[in-house]
Amino acid sequence: MVGAPGGGSPLENANPLIYRRSGERPVTAREEDDELPDSIDDREIFDLIRSINDPEHPLTLEELNVVEQVRVKVNDAESTVVVEFTPTIPHCSMATLIGLSIKVKLIRSLPERFKVDVHITPGTHASEHAVNKQLADKERVAAALENSHLLEVVNQCLSARS
Amino acid sequence: MGCQGHTMHRCHSLDLHLLPGGGEAGVKAGSWTVLEIVEALGSCLQSPEPLTRGRGLQLLSQVLLQCHSLLQEEEVTHLVLFYENRLKDHHLLIPSVLQGLRALSMCEVLAPGLAVSVLKAIFQEVHVQSLPQPERHTVYSIITTFMHTREEELKGLGADFTFGFIQVMDGEKDPRNLLVAFQIVRDLILRDYVLGPFVEELFEVTSCYFPIDFTPPPNDPHGIQRDDLIVGLRAVLASTPHFAEFLLPLLIEKMDSELQSAKLDSLQTLSACCTIYGQKELQEFLPSLWSSLRREVFQTASEKVEAEALTTLHSLAACLSRSLLNSDTEDLLDSFLSGILQDCRHHLCEPDMKLVWPSARLLQAAAGASFRATQRITSSVLPLLLEQYNQHAQSSQRRTILEMLLGFLEIQQKWGPQDEEESALLRSRAPLSSVVFSALTDRSVQLQLVGIRALTVLGTLPGLLAPPDVELVVDHLTRLILDADDSQSCMAAMEAAGSLAPLYPGVFSGRMVRRLAEELQSEREEEGQPSLRARCRQALAAVSTHPSIVRETVPVLLQCVQQGQKGSVPADACDVVATCQSLQRVAVQCQGDAESCWYYHQTVVPRLLAAALQATMQEKACPPLGKLLLEEDTLTAMVPVIRAASTHLSPELAAQSVSQVVSLFLDGEVSFLPQDSFSCPFRPFQAGPCAASQRRLVALLMAFVCSLPRDVAIPQQDRLLRELLALSCSCECPFSATAAAKCFAGLVNKHPAGQQLDELLQTVVNRMEAALAAGPCRSQALTLLLWVTRALVIRYHPLSSRLTDQLLGLLGDTELGPSVADGFSLLMADSPDVLHRGCHADVRIMFRQRFFTDNMPKLVQAFHAASPDVQANYLKGLSHVLNYLPRPVLVPELPTLLSLLLEALSCPDCVVQLSTLTCLQPLLLEASPVLSLHVDTLVTKFLGLTASPAMAVRIAALRCIHALASLPTPVLLPYKPRVIRALAKPLDDRKRLVRKEAVVARGEWFLLGSPGR
Repeated sequence: MVGAPGGGSPLENANPLIYRRSGERPVTAREEDDELPDSIDDREIFDLIRSINDPEHPLTLEELNVVEQVRVKVNDAESTVVVEFTPTIPHCSMATLIGLSIKVKLIRSLPERFKVDVHITPGTHASEHAVNKQLADKERVAAALENSHLLEVVNQCLSARS
Repeated sequence: MGCQGHTMHRCHSLDLHLLPGGGEAGVKAGSWTVLEIVEALGSCLQSPEPLTRGRGLQLLSQVLLQCHSLLQEEEVTHLVLFYENRLKDHHLLIPSVLQGLRALSMCEVLAPGLAVSVLKAIFQEVHVQSLPQPERHTVYSIITTFMHTREEELKGLGADFTFGFIQVMDGEKDPRNLLVAFQIVRDLILRDYVLGPFVEELFEVTSCYFPIDFTPPPNDPHGIQRDDLIVGLRAVLASTPHFAEFLLPLLIEKMDSELQSAKLDSLQTLSACCTIYGQKELQEFLPSLWSSLRREVFQTASEKVEAEALTTLHSLAACLSRSLLNSDTEDLLDSFLSGILQDCRHHLCEPDMKLVWPSARLLQAAAGASFRATQRITSSVLPLLLEQYNQHAQSSQRRTILEMLLGFLEIQQKWGPQDEEESALLRSRAPLSSVVFSALTDRSVQLQLVGIRALTVLGTLPGLLAPPDVELVVDHLTRLILDADDSQSCMAAMEAAGSLAPLYPGVFSGRMVRRLAEELQSEREEEGQPSLRARCRQALAAVSTHPSIVRETVPVLLQCVQQGQKGSVPADACDVVATCQSLQRVAVQCQGDAESCWYYHQTVVPRLLAAALQATMQEKACPPLGKLLLEEDTLTAMVPVIRAASTHLSPELAAQSVSQVVSLFLDGEVSFLPQDSFSCPFRPFQAGPCAASQRRLVALLMAFVCSLPRDVAIPQQDRLLRELLALSCSCECPFSATAAAKCFAGLVNKHPAGQQLDELLQTVVNRMEAALAAGPCRSQALTLLLWVTRALVIRYHPLSSRLTDQLLGLLGDTELGPSVADGFSLLMADSPDVLHRGCHADVRIMFRQRFFTDNMPKLVQAFHAASPDVQANYLKGLSHVLNYLPRPVLVPELPTLLSLLLEALSCPDCVVQLSTLTCLQPLLLEASPVLSLHVDTLVTKFLGLTASPAMAVRIAALRCIHALASLPTPVLLPYKPRVIRALAKPLDDRKRLVRKEAVVARGEWFLLGSPGR
C-alpha cells in the first residue's frame, strides 16, 4: 500500500515550518463533577491525534500543522467523526501512512459505535483521490495492518514520545 | 641460568613473605627499615631481566605507597635519586617507577629541590601520552601533589614547568585524566605560575576539546558526565583574560555552528568570560559578537539558545559597564549600545510588528546590565514606544507596545531611587502616565491588565507620579474594583492597590477606603447585588497593607460581621463567612508588623467574641438572625481570623490577652469586651439557660489558646483543662464537644512533660475508657481519644502507643469501627485549626513515618485476626495511613503489604479502593517482580474497578492498567485480548477525564508485543 520511510534517502521536506503546540486542555470544574456527563467534542478528538509523531520528522502532526482542530468534526449523538489532514507538501509520499496512523489511532481510542472518516484536506495533495480511497476501504486498512513492517511504522507514530 | 633461577625463586619467596601487608606492616612497625627491604630486593632489582626488575620495583613501590609517611628525609632523597634513574630503564618498568615517585611525592620530608628534579626527570625521560591511562593519571597526580605542597619550588622553574606540563597533556583523550588536567591548568593560571611565551600553547592544548562532545558509555563505572567536562573546561577557558584574543574568535565560530549544544556551550562560556574580561579584551570582537547574538535571537531556533543569547548579551553589556575608562579611550558601552539600538530600534516601529518582541528582548537584556545602560536605552526607546502607542489604535497592538514599555519600566525599578534629575523616565513622565491611564479605560480586558501592571511599577518608581496623578491612580483603581465587568481586572486592581497602598497611605485611605466603606453602607439600604459587597470587602482586605490603613479598614469589616448579629439586614451566612475571610487576610498582612498585629488583636478578638456572645443571648428573642453568628460555618470561619490574630503576638502581649480570654470563659468576666452588659451571665462550662449556645463559643476559645506561642503560660490551665475534658466527654452537641476535644488536645500537646502532664493524661485515659466502654457518649469519647492521640503522636509522647493500640482495638468495634477508620486520616493529616506548626504545636519531623513503622505490623496482624464484617475498617485505616506517607518511604514497604492491598481492592469502600490503587500504581511502574505472580488477580480487579460509580476510582484503575504494561511482556500477553476488549467500554465513559485515561491505557496495551513499540 505505501512504502515506509526509506532508510538512507533524503527527507522529502527537510525544513518544514513548525507550528506551536496547543497546551494541555485545562480541566474544568464541570469535568471534575462526577454527576455531569461530558460529550465527546472536537477538541477531545483533536487531542487524540495531535500528538501522533510524523513518520519523517521528530515532530508531531500538530507541530507540522498536518492536523488542526478546525478540521476535526465530531457528532457524538450520531457517532460520526470526520478528520481532514493536510500533507506538508503536495507530493508527500507519506500521506497514506499519516492517514493510516490517524485512522488507527482513532479506531483504537474511540468507542466502537463511531464511524471514522479520515481524508486529505481537499486540494492539498497531488493524489488526493487515490489516498482517500485507500483510507476509506476497510479491508485495505485491515490488510495493511497485517503487514508487520507497516504495523511497526504505524506503532512508532503512535508511541508516546519519550 | 642457575643464578637467574635463584633470583626468581628468591623474589617469589619475598613476594609471599611481603604481600599482602607483610613488608608494609614491618616498616610501619619499625621492624624493617626501607634500606633492609631494598637490600633484600637487591639482586632482584639489579637483575638483567626487565621482568624480574619490574617485579622487584613493583613490590618496592607498593611498600612505599603504604609507608611514605614514615620515611626519613635521607631515605627519601636516596629513593628519589634511585627512582629518577630508573625512569631511563626499560619501558615495562615505567608504571612501577611512576607509582614509586607518586608515593615519594606525598612525603612531607622531601628535601627542597627534589620536587623540581622529579618533574624535570619526568618531563625529560617519559613520553607521557604513549603510556596507558592509569600511568598518565599517576603523572597528573604527582604534578597535582607538588603544586599543592611545593608551589614556591615549582614556580622557581619558571615557564619550563608550564611547557613541561603542556607536553605531558598534549593529546590526552581519557575523560578521567582530562578532569584532572583541566584542574591543573586552572591552578597554573589562578595561582600565577609563569606562563611566559606559552600562553597560546596552553590555550591550544585545552581549547582543542571545545566544545566538549562526550557521551558516557552505558554502565560507565566512573560516572563522569558530559557536564563535568564542560564545567571543567569552561573554568580553564574563562580563567584568564590572556586567552581572550584566541578564545573569542573560537567562540564566535562555534556560535555559528549547526549544533545546538555547541551554541549553548559557546554562549555560556562567553558569559563566564565576561565576569573577568574588560573593554580591552572585548573591543576588537564586539561587532562580530553582537551580530552572532542578534542572529540567535532574531532567527531563533530554540528557546534555550535564545534565552542563553540574551543572558550573554546582558553579561557583555554588564562587563562593558564595569570597565574603568581611561581619559583617552572611548566609552565602548556607548558605542556598543548605539549599535544595538541602531539594529533593533526600527523594528519597534514597523507596522507588521513582526520582529518587535525579539528586538525588545535584546534591548531589555542590554538595558538591564547597568544603570548607565538602562538610561542610554530607555532614553532612546521610551519616546519611540510612547509615540507608537498613540499611533496604533487597536487594543491588541497597544497591548504589545505597553507590555514592552512595562519591561523597560521594570528594569528601571531594579536600580532603586536615583538622584539623577534628568532621567529619561522623568522627561517622559506626562506622556507615560497618559498612556497608562488610557490603557486603564480601554475596553479590552487584556490591555487593562497590562495597564494595571504598568501602573503598579510606575507607582513604585520614585517621582514619576505627581500628587494629582496619584489621586487619579487611586480613583482609577477604585473604579476598576467597583465597576470592572471582568473579575480579572478587578482582582488585578486589588492587588495593585495592595502594593501601592504602603507608598501612598494617605491617598488610599482618604479616597479608596472611604469610597469602599460608603459603598458598603449604601448597599445596605438599597440591597444591591451581593457581588459588589463582596468586592468591597475583598478590596478592603487587599488594600490593608499599611498600619494606618488597617486602622480604618478593620472597623468597617467588623461592622459587616456585626450586621449579621444586629439583624438590620437579612444577611446570610455566606456573607459573614466571606467577611471573615477578608478579616483573616488583613490579619495575615499584619503579622509582620508588631504594632499592627497588636492593634488588630486588641480590636478584632474582643469584638468578635462580644458579637458572638451577644448572639447567644439573643437566641430566644429573634432566633433566625441572632443564630447566624452561632452557625457552624460562621464560627468555623471566625476560627482562622482569631488564629491569625494570635499566632504572631509577642509573649508579653499574648500573656495580657490570654488572662482576659480565659477568665471570660471560666468566670464570665466580660469587662474587657467593648460592650459589657449582657442579659445573662456567660457560663459556657456550666448548666444554665443559654449554656447550649454558649458552649459553641468554645471553638473561639480553641482558636485563641491553641495558637499562642509555647512559652506563653495559660492562667488557671488545670481548671481550664478539667472543664474542657468534662465538656468534650459529656456535651450532646457534636460541634461543641469536638471543639472542646481539639482545644484540650492542643493544650496537652504544648504542656511541658513531667509529673503534672502524666497525672493529667492518666485522668483522661480513665475518663475516656469509661466513656468508651458503654453509655450515650461513646462517639464523643472517641473524638477526644483521636485528638489526644494526635496531640501525643506528633510530639513522640510515650503514652501515644498505648492510645494508638486502643484505637487499633476499636477498629474491630461494630458500632464505632467505621468512625475509627476515618479517624486515622485525622491522625495523619494536618488539621487547619490546631496541632500544626503554624500554631506553635510540638510537631516532630517524620512522625508519620514513625507511626507507620510502629503500627503497621500490628494493623496487619489485627486485620488477619478480625472477623470478616469488620475487616473493611482495618483496610480503611491502612489506606489513610498510606495516603499520607511520603512515597519514598512507602515504596520499599509495599511488597510486604501486597497481600493486604490485593484484599483491599475487593473492599466495596471507595476510599479504600482509591487509596489502594494510588499505592499500587508506583509499584507497578517499577515493575516489581513480585507483582508478576499476581497478574491474574490484578487484571481482574482493575478491570472490575473501571466500572466503579466513582470517577476518581475509575481513573485510578485505568492508570493502574496503564502502569501494568510495565511488567514483562510475556507475562502480560495472555491477557492482551481481554484487556483491550474490556477497555472498549471506558472509552465511552460519560466523563472526559476517564476516557482520556482509557485511551492512554488501551493504546499502550495495543502496543504490547507488537512491532515498533
